[in-house]
Amino acid sequence: MNSEVMLYSVMILALIVLLTYAARLFPFILFSRGGETPKVAIYLGNTLPPVVIMLLIIYCLRNATPMAWPHALPELIGVLSVIVLYKVTKNNLIGIVGGTIIYMFLVQAVFV
Amino acid sequence: MREVIKAAFPFTIPVMLGYVPMGMGYGILMVSSGYGLLWSAGSSILIFSGTGQFVSVNFLTAGVALLQVALIIIILNSRMMFYGLSFLDKWNGMGWRKWYMIHALTDETYAVLNTAKPPEGMDKQKFMFAIAMMDQSYWVIGTILGAIAGSLLTIDTTGIDFMMTALFIVLCMDQWKAYKTHEPVFEGLVCSILSLVIFGPDNFMVPSLLAILVILLVRRQPIEKKQAVEQEVRGENI
Repeated sequence: MNSEVMLYSVMILALIVLLTYAARLFPFILFSRGGETPKVAIYLGNTLPPVVIMLLIIYCLRNATPMAWPHALPELIGVLSVIVLYKVTKNNLIGIVGGTIIYMFLVQAVFV
Repeated sequence: MREVIKAAFPFTIPVMLGYVPMGMGYGILMVSSGYGLLWSAGSSILIFSGTGQFVSVNFLTAGVALLQVALIIIILNSRMMFYGLSFLDKWNGMGWRKWYMIHALTDETYAVLNTAKPPEGMDKQKFMFAIAMMDQSYWVIGTILGAIAGSLLTIDTTGIDFMMTALFIVLCMDQWKAYKTHEPVFEGLVCSILSLVIFGPDNFMVPSLLAILVILLVRRQPIEKKQAVEQEVRGENI
């Protein structure tokens, strides 16, 4: 790793450390003086989490190529595997690890 | 202290079963992206956020601009901004431990702290501190094991980054069950895909986040009405 990449990596991670602690600290700073939570903040805090997760799923799949070979088939089969494995076994680890192994097999051995 | 750990341990077992393997996955993913034990273990100690750390692997390898990283992490962390509300008074008088408790407030630890009860006569604050420490140690131990396993593995790890996608799918399914109104999720899906088609894979996150925020604010009244019904059904308050 050259020093430029290292500096960039440290900056990215330091930024995430700071922003993550700040998010957790947020109510302790804001409400220790007895202020009222703005209603719109409560609304967004309630509503955003599943929406952000949806956005992140699309982010993870952003480099799939539905219009060209392999037509996003490994991603599609991988996603369906996770859903089915988790639905059937009710075990999140089996869903995550099982789906990942199936996807790895597909990109390494089937759709090469 | 030993008694406290003994009493708290059973409550942390489900977290251990989740954190050790997920931590290993993160450690392996980091090694396969060129970031060894010090990077991954350091992140698990200092960041301690599964979603944040998994997404960071992507930022590191893709070379995303800092401003975009900041925006995504802030929105991603927005759910955490409300976890502390349950503990505003409960952690007073803990000294430096209070600052650690805030750091350790993950989704899972938040859930355990809200439900676990210490045995009769035990100091509740010590009990909560023990839970938080144990939860983080599982995450760090998993990461270290994964980083070591990852550097010893000689198998082809192509495609292992799908683990992050799989994690988010499972999280999405969990939240799907918890929410009565799925309208916001559909709006998120449509915004993300449209934005991806228009702006391309490298630049679509910020426009889609902005579009989602605007739509959620415009649709606030009808969505809040449905959420109110949802809370009556679940018998909860915010």
